[in-house]
Amino acid sequence: MAAVAPGAAAQPSPSSTQVLEVANLQTYFYTRGGLVKAVDGVSFSLVRGETLAIVGESGCGKSVTALSLMRLVADPPGRIVGGSLRLGSTDLLRLDEAAMRDIRGNRIAMIFQEPMTSLNPVMTIARQISEALMLHQNLSRGAALVRSIEMLHLVGIPEPAQRAKEYPHQLSGGMRQRAMIAMAVACNPEVLIADEPTSALDVTIQAQILEVIAKLRRELGTALILITHDLGIVAETAERVIVMYAGRKVEEAAVGRLFARPLHPYTSGLIHSIPRLALMRRESGPADGRLLEIPGMVPALSNLPPGCSFAPRCAHASELCRREYPPYEEKRPGQWAACWHPVVGDSGG
Amino acid sequence: MGAYLVRRSFLMVLTLFGMSVLIFVMLRLVPGNITDIIFDSAGFVNEKQKKKIEQQLGLDKPIVTQYANWIAGLAKGDLGYAYVSEKPAIDEILPRIPVTAKLAVLALVFSVLFGVPLGVISAVRQNTALDYCLRVVSLSGLSLPSFWLGLLILMAFVQWFGWIPIYQSDPGSLWKEIALLSIPAAAVGFRSSALLMRLTRSSMLEVLRQDYIRTARAKGASDQVVNYDHGLRNAMLPVVTIIGVEAAFLIGGLIVTETVFNIPGVARFLVEAIRWRDYPIVQNLVMFIAIVVVVVNFLVDMTYAMLDPRIRYES
Repeated sequence: MAAVAPGAAAQPSPSSTQVLEVANLQTYFYTRGGLVKAVDGVSFSLVRGETLAIVGESGCGKSVTALSLMRLVADPPGRIVGGSLRLGSTDLLRLDEAAMRDIRGNRIAMIFQEPMTSLNPVMTIARQISEALMLHQNLSRGAALVRSIEMLHLVGIPEPAQRAKEYPHQLSGGMRQRAMIAMAVACNPEVLIADEPTSALDVTIQAQILEVIAKLRRELGTALILITHDLGIVAETAERVIVMYAGRKVEEAAVGRLFARPLHPYTSGLIHSIPRLALMRRESGPADGRLLEIPGMVPALSNLPPGCSFAPRCAHASELCRREYPPYEEKRPGQWAACWHPVVGDSGG
Repeated sequence: MGAYLVRRSFLMVLTLFGMSVLIFVMLRLVPGNITDIIFDSAGFVNEKQKKKIEQQLGLDKPIVTQYANWIAGLAKGDLGYAYVSEKPAIDEILPRIPVTAKLAVLALVFSVLFGVPLGVISAVRQNTALDYCLRVVSLSGLSLPSFWLGLLILMAFVQWFGWIPIYQSDPGSLWKEIALLSIPAAAVGFRSSALLMRLTRSSMLEVLRQDYIRTARAKGASDQVVNYDHGLRNAMLPVVTIIGVEAAFLIGGLIVTETVFNIPGVARFLVEAIRWRDYPIVQNLVMFIAIVVVVVNFLVDMTYAMLDPRIRYES
């Protein structure tokens, strides 16, 4: 089942500005409970300055995908067992650890979910930002400090020179995440991965942080992979969306198309579970205004059903669905999905 | 910070006052005083003579008065006269302190120098052969009493070299002195180093699981930088506490080790003085040890603030 490479051939044609190409990525965890295929044959590509969102419920493999791109999956128990990761002309999976370290924080950088625990509590903000600069750009301590303060200014931290000298616990949650972003973009990476960058923050701060990320992406021309379970953020920020379920890609489309006419019943279910304001409700959603939920739970990855992994929760599931995994194909121009019975003629619900 | 230091100093004085009362009362709760011991060993009891000696030593006065006299003397720097040697107690205690202090410092240096790096290595190489090896050695270190280890070391010396390092008050040079003291220091410090190793290991393992370690890796930092720069500084906090506790605990190990290696330090002298109920020596020496422990604890707290910026001794 792992031998199939869904979607590898169905990608948009590679252009000269393509920065990242992921083909048939497989990251498995060898646990006591058995083999867990956390990421199973995921493929996508990214062009310069593009924003790609990867969405799905907890445990669908989106964070492991992100960590795989950095080759930061803990080994043991995890291991990237197949596929290729091409950053420009470099195949990341063929690099040794030292060469990979030169890439991390330099050409690919990552923003983590929890800004409090992701910053070292006993180091100043300046020192943590300087670290990447000193490693990858051979800056002296003094020059790195100056650059760190510039970075803090760039992410909209007031009094950056003062803040630089402070420790993470002295900053608010939003400030900490800004510092984290400054750290990630310090070396002007080609690809920036943001793993749930706003989930741990207040709603009022969320918009500000997303604005900072969007601004940096525009100014630095960085390609952004936004990993989130929040479809609201996806609609505002992303250009293209990948929907993941149980370690696989189940749908991919431009953001407008995906929200307007989702193909996969899972995508449709996700969209229907977003709370909407009364104003928006007339265009879609059930008449009584109640939220729909997707019945059931994400299956255990160590014990997936033989056919489509979404079949046990799917209202449209047939005998075929339970028997065979559906091929990942272009169902409409620019919209791919892996489903035997795609939702048709549906305008967002 | 200033306010904290004042408050802290006040607390230290209060602790020492409590200690002094405890030392004084406990010492007098032990059955018999020096006159009982002298007269018992001599085999006859002349009540009149015994009373006379008690009067001379001030042992007939009420316990509160005795305590007040001691503290008053202490405040003036007068520690009284040793009962056994009849010399000023300060002249008996002071010359013996440097020997024990050197031994204690050396033992502590030994335990930190071995315990902490080996703990880090053990954590970084978790579940490898090296880790298992270090864990077994450290477990044996925890279970081996220092006097037994001291005896084993001496026996090994006899077996292999036909010679035992004998303590000399003036070994010639500093290096010779360190070499001479390092064997008993290792015997005392082995237990502490084993404890520190195990603690550093578990603390490191905890820290290496943290998100900021992943962040450091994501920046492209090498394993060395990740483990030592990011990991160890965070992992040291509980270890520093235990180093402070161990510093106090060492005294207990030194008593037997000084006996085994025949070193004329305060620890062995203290046991001797307790046997004779030589109150001025015992109470002053125990008080001195209490002061050292309190000061070490204060230093540990200051180190804490230095290591962890989240700890600030304000308000």
